Amino acid sequence: MELIVAKYNYWIYVVLMMIGFYAMIGKRNLVKKLIGMNIFQTAIILLFISAGVKHGSKIPIVDKYEVLEKGVDVATIVNPLPHVLMLTAIVVGIAVTGVALAILLRIYREYGTLEEDEILEKLGK
Amino acid sequence: MSASNLHMYVMAVPLLTAMFVNLFGRRSDTVIATMTIGSLAFSSIASIAVLANVLEVGRISYVAGNWRAPFGIELVVDPLSAVMLALISVIALLASFSTLKSVGQELPGRGHQFFALYLILISGLMGLVLTGDAFNLYVMLEITSITSYGLIAMGKGRAPLASFNYVIMGSVGACFYLLGVAYLYLMTGTLNMADLAQILPTIGGGAAVATALGFMLVGLWVKMAFFPLHGWLPNAYSLAPTGVALVAAPLMTKVTIYLMVRIMFWVFSADFLFIEHALAQSGIVWAASIAIISGSVMALGQRDLKKMLTYIIVAEVGYMVGGVWLANSTGLTGAVLHIVNDSLMTLCLFLAVAAIVYKLGGSEFDRLQGIYRKMPITMAAFTVGAFSMIGVPPTAGFFSKWYLILGGVEAGHWEYVIALVLSSLINAVLFFRIIEIGYFFKDENDHGHEKLEEAPLAMQAPLLISAAALIVIGLSSGPLVESIIKLALPAGF
Amino acid sequence: MSIQTSIWPLLAVLVSLLGAIPIMLSDRTPNLRESWTLLAALIKVAIVISLLPHVLNGGGWEFVIAEVVPGVPLVLRVDAMGMFFALVASILWFFTSLYSIGYMRTLNEHAQTRYFASFAVAISATLGVAFAGNLLTMYLFYELLSLSTYPLVTHEQNAESRKSGRKYLTYILGTSIGLALPAMLIVYSLTGNLDFQVGGVMAESGASPELLALLLVLFLFGFAKSGVMPFHGWLPAAMVAPTPVSSFLHGVAVVKAGAFSILRIIFHILGPEQLQQANLGWIVCTVAATTILVASLVALTQDNLKRRLAYSTIGQLSYMVLGAGMLTAVGMTGGLLHIAMHAFGKITLFFCAGAIYVAAGKKYISQMDGLGRRMPITYLAFFLGSLSIIGMPPLGGFISKWNLAIGAVESGQLILLLVILISSLLNAFYFFPIVYRGFFLPAAEGEPEGIKEAPLFCLVPLSITALCSLALFFWPSVFYRLAQLALGL
Repeated sequence: MELIVAKYNYWIYVVLMMIGFYAMIGKRNLVKKLIGMNIFQTAIILLFISAGVKHGSKIPIVDKYEVLEKGVDVATIVNPLPHVLMLTAIVVGIAVTGVALAILLRIYREYGTLEEDEILEKLGK
Repeated sequence: MSASNLHMYVMAVPLLTAMFVNLFGRRSDTVIATMTIGSLAFSSIASIAVLANVLEVGRISYVAGNWRAPFGIELVVDPLSAVMLALISVIALLASFSTLKSVGQELPGRGHQFFALYLILISGLMGLVLTGDAFNLYVMLEITSITSYGLIAMGKGRAPLASFNYVIMGSVGACFYLLGVAYLYLMTGTLNMADLAQILPTIGGGAAVATALGFMLVGLWVKMAFFPLHGWLPNAYSLAPTGVALVAAPLMTKVTIYLMVRIMFWVFSADFLFIEHALAQSGIVWAASIAIISGSVMALGQRDLKKMLTYIIVAEVGYMVGGVWLANSTGLTGAVLHIVNDSLMTLCLFLAVAAIVYKLGGSEFDRLQGIYRKMPITMAAFTVGAFSMIGVPPTAGFFSKWYLILGGVEAGHWEYVIALVLSSLINAVLFFRIIEIGYFFKDENDHGHEKLEEAPLAMQAPLLISAAALIVIGLSSGPLVESIIKLALPAGF
Repeated sequence: MSIQTSIWPLLAVLVSLLGAIPIMLSDRTPNLRESWTLLAALIKVAIVISLLPHVLNGGGWEFVIAEVVPGVPLVLRVDAMGMFFALVASILWFFTSLYSIGYMRTLNEHAQTRYFASFAVAISATLGVAFAGNLLTMYLFYELLSLSTYPLVTHEQNAESRKSGRKYLTYILGTSIGLALPAMLIVYSLTGNLDFQVGGVMAESGASPELLALLLVLFLFGFAKSGVMPFHGWLPAAMVAPTPVSSFLHGVAVVKAGAFSILRIIFHILGPEQLQQANLGWIVCTVAATTILVASLVALTQDNLKRRLAYSTIGQLSYMVLGAGMLTAVGMTGGLLHIAMHAFGKITLFFCAGAIYVAAGKKYISQMDGLGRRMPITYLAFFLGSLSIIGMPPLGGFISKWNLAIGAVESGQLILLLVILISSLLNAFYFFPIVYRGFFLPAAEGEPEGIKEAPLFCLVPLSITALCSLALFFWPSVFYRLAQLALGL
């Protein structure tokens, strides 16, 4: 119990990931699969972000002159690097989603449906 | 431009050209052809210069935006990445002649879109081999993947479906890799590979580091289509426009293998992999052996040449993964040599397929009847590629297989040796089946009057060059291994 | 012993390969095309013979083509054993080229250009096998030989030849990739080189008898061109090819490349002494003796002349393997000598079979009654050839069989002597009836008149090879000397 509470951010990411994974594997609707993939990505993004958090710390915006004068106490600010990385990851994720949606659009025009079963049925004919 | 940042330009030139292709390529195909070939020719020449330079002076690093490593992103070229860089450029150049023809036929009027993506894909691949940063690697991985999703979806019929499948699988792979990076970052606080390699031994192994490695490997295995994670590849590559398969088939899986080698030996260490996790090492060689056999057997069931080749790619991935995990110098030499050789022979075979598809409209076995009389030159080159796949000396394929089998013998992994031999035999069956169909059957519609219907010179020339290269590289494998491959191996091997 | 570096061995190998280019270019002018073939054959014989004296003096020639694997370059090295095989192959290629012209033109075969070109590649590969300086080089040319003969075996391009081609490749490629290649790699991983050395490269590897036995079996079956049972099935199937192919490739070059490879392995890779110490000769002898007897018995039942000859070849090839398996000096000499003696005899027989087909259109022995009276020269040559195969004096075959018999006695395995005798008897049983039918039985009713001897292009080569068989009995010394040098005696 202690373990779960202390590291609750990890547990959240694991649960989210599993939800996403289930949607990708288990759902037969292509859009739902795509949403599952997004949840999966989000889980990892949350993991990264949560890794930068420190108790009682501030956002990492500091005055340049103050830093040059006094230096900076890293314990008082949130680690900004994960945020920067995840910004990139989010951009990547959106690009993937965009491409995937475009592909889904083509599939819908071709088959008139986004249900995998129905598409396979049409292909079988 | 100087010797220390030339490798940046190798990657940057196609990337920039991609934008211009999209802007100006709408007007005429000649513009597209000039720009594409021009930029890739520059990259090829420059990458060979980089390779020559690196072999002489060793590792060269370039820090993007002048943020010094380990904080900024480092673009590193060492002998191994220089080999890959040259391989990517040259293969992309050779393929592009044929791709231009094939796209002109399959996607008329959309050349500017296609080649914009095509060039980004290639510079993404170059970025993958150059980057010295674990997170940047993820971004590059997704650049290549996203462009190839788009390119594959340009195909006819079921191609968008195959592409969507690839999107889902590919993203899962990338996410797993990213997860691995997250763990590494949590443990070490750095993302620079060289930095990671220094810090990791000091914090001791531990479950978290092993988990990081595991996630990264699984992610890369999905991307390289390592059996049983290969499901997306055959459809994606065979339904894509032929021009995509021409560059994706020889390069994408091989570059991902390179990434695996890079992560394994330049982030983690041989001791960590092979001594602390000897059981996993052994298990992966077994998995590779199963992958080899499964890929070959699945290829047997195909009735379409292109599709058959895609399953052979799946088997070949097993060759290289197995070779790397044999944990001895011979196996690793074989795997790296096979990256080069396999790229070339896959290129040769796919160039032949592109020529066939160009003339006949498809590559189903039924269409191939009497093809040796219709397209003798194409098929002669195809035969050379086939022999290389089977592993007939003196083609290149024999010599990398030589090292791989020898590595298996030295490591005592007999299952791997047997798998390689069996797969060579199955390859022989596969290709002689094609040869038999092409050589014996007559096309019934032609009433025995088969005319010569050779593909245009732009498709034949690269095909013949790649076929000749297979023999030349085969005959010079001694010097090649001694003076290049050995230098490219990680320290201690 | 002095090894000289020289490019001539490479030229000897390449001359026919280069010849294939003008052959393909002069597709439309058959006379010119055939001149190229003959010219290449002549040059080849000349080069091989010019290399001979130095080899007879105990020297050798060497040419490194490329460094491919550490310790194992692609290298041509002309030693006595290679010279032995090269001499047989190049001389007989010349006669076969002559014969091919007569055969192919008379029958007006299709795709003659492809035929002559593939033939040229095949003979290059054969010389490559002979001159190979190490196992890797030999393997390379061995595979090249397999692949270049595929278009020849399937020359007819009909359903039957397709089936045969498939069988051919399955056996030949299947065994070489599946068995010989791993065996070669095991040897390499133990010794770090694959050079052919008198006494065997494995001499100092300290391999256990079990490993040696495994390697021996892998190699023995791996070079399936030698037709040892149970990997012999391709040879009768390959008889669908045109007769010159059957006679030269499946009477001489291909099959002997197989036997030669096995002999090479035993003499110069595994080493007779190691095999003797590990007491492994019996494996080879058992396989060979079984093949000899079974093949001879099967030959008796064949009505198709070429198939009978094919089974006879399977049996005779195992003599060579048997000689090597005896692991005594005389036996091994006999095995090696049999390569030459059998080559001249068997090619004569195949030439005759082809001549009969050209002249009379007959393939089956039961239809050949009385034919000998119309084609006396062909039948006489056939008689000489069969005497040589049976091993009767005064023909070459006697010499090799005599050595084999003595070898059997020396090795103390009298059962092998018995095998040799019984098999010779069986040889007589399956050859003499053909000659007897030809000369003494009346022709069948309704036989068309006007069957006469085959064209001179067919007749001359077969007469010469028959006479060579005869001459080899009186002057075997060149081959004898080469065989002894090869064994380091």
